[in-house]
Amino acid sequence: MRVTIIATGIANTASVEAAFTRLGVEVEHTTDARRVEQARAVVLPGVGSFGAGMDVLRTLGLLEVLPERIVQGRATLAVCLGLQLLCRGSEESPEVEGLGVLDTVARRFPDSVSVPQFGWNRVCAGEGSRLIEDGHAYFANSYRIVSLTGHSAPVEGVGKPLAGARGSDWVCATTDHAGRFVSAIERGAVLGCQFHPEISGPWGQRLLGRWLAMADEGVGTC
Amino acid sequence: MLTRRIIPCLDVRGGRVVKGVKFAGLRDVGDPVDHAKTYEQQGADELVMLDVSATPEDRETALETVRALRRALSIPLTVGGGVRGVETAERLLLSGADKVSMNTAAVTEPGLLTRLAERVGRQCVVLALDAAAWASGEGWEVVTRSGAHRTGIDAVSWARQAEQGGAGEILLTSWDRDGTQEGYDLSLIAAISRAVRVPVIASGGASCPEHMARALDAGASAVLAASIFHEGRYTVEQVKQVLSQCGVEVRR
Repeated sequence: MRVTIIATGIANTASVEAAFTRLGVEVEHTTDARRVEQARAVVLPGVGSFGAGMDVLRTLGLLEVLPERIVQGRATLAVCLGLQLLCRGSEESPEVEGLGVLDTVARRFPDSVSVPQFGWNRVCAGEGSRLIEDGHAYFANSYRIVSLTGHSAPVEGVGKPLAGARGSDWVCATTDHAGRFVSAIERGAVLGCQFHPEISGPWGQRLLGRWLAMADEGVGTC
Repeated sequence: MLTRRIIPCLDVRGGRVVKGVKFAGLRDVGDPVDHAKTYEQQGADELVMLDVSATPEDRETALETVRALRRALSIPLTVGGGVRGVETAERLLLSGADKVSMNTAAVTEPGLLTRLAERVGRQCVVLALDAAAWASGEGWEVVTRSGAHRTGIDAVSWARQAEQGGAGEILLTSWDRDGTQEGYDLSLIAAISRAVRVPVIASGGASCPEHMARALDAGASAVLAASIFHEGRYTVEQVKQVLSQCGVEVRR
């Protein structure tokens, strides 16, 4: 079993790599879109800002490859900003169009709470979840997805949802920071985490282990 | 709701954990990876490794230690001590640190925090703010070079400036209390926590869980301690138990 990490060049992936190595799998880094298309298990790591992240995905030619993997439910893990890139857009870079897999927009936490959200917060698994369990996860984020079910008002200039993208068929885990937000999503073998599973202790290791097992079974691959 | 963090600190020189009052009279207290794994198992929320190297050879060894810690640890790792510029910081991050802390260089080189935050994101940038009471007794000034240099800079305004400049967290050490075991400087913690919105990690002077509870009550988001854990007086688990009984929300 091998995990393919997208080498964005702007994200530090040492911790992600270490976590998978501890789980006994091989890790490779790639900038090759074909590799991303074919790989069994792909990780989109948390990268700097939303705009810079989309720039990298465009440069690497991943604007179609990644959404396709995700729509097909093939083993893909999106971490932190990686999850936000799946949205239509983000308040962080209002002029930039996201991948549009999720019909929502990432928004900044209100100033009533500490921003960035730094530290361990409780994740509550959604109903029907196969990957996420209740537990504490390590967060480091200023933006988050409030809801996937289309309640979020449009942001001026932000792109349209991908054809077929819906909110309702994702199982969402939630966490409370200025009210509940979506801290993880799962569908098939696709897992998106607003937190960092790679540094979320034994709980995070177990989560990555379950995702690997699902990738290994080939869930979602046709 | 965010939990309060308990952070053991390893002072590392030449690949070994050392302990000394104000970095004088260092003694060897063990292997960094052994310590780190034990703390993680006990429920440590994060780990800080402070590189107290004396020589360039030690600095290279420190990078090896960071790699070894990263391989072993599944919790966040902050590395500080002797970080002189963006290049050193990036080497530490690539070796496996999740965050890098800076003290002296951040003070002597204006704009360094900002440049680093622009490169790697503010979530990776920690300001190590070492403070000591002004001679007058009112307020605190910033000290650098492991306490050897009193800068004459007001600690509260420096904290604000660093937050605006790109620091994502402040690791606040009371130079008056460090190594004394008399408890954290609560008024310093309160003053800095009020001045900034980024998390403040209290450091310097803890010898029991009650000290930690008071520091958290004074406004700290996290507490850091070294000797209380190294000497085995308390495990992280025991500390969290006491804190929990005091009504502090911790990850257990």
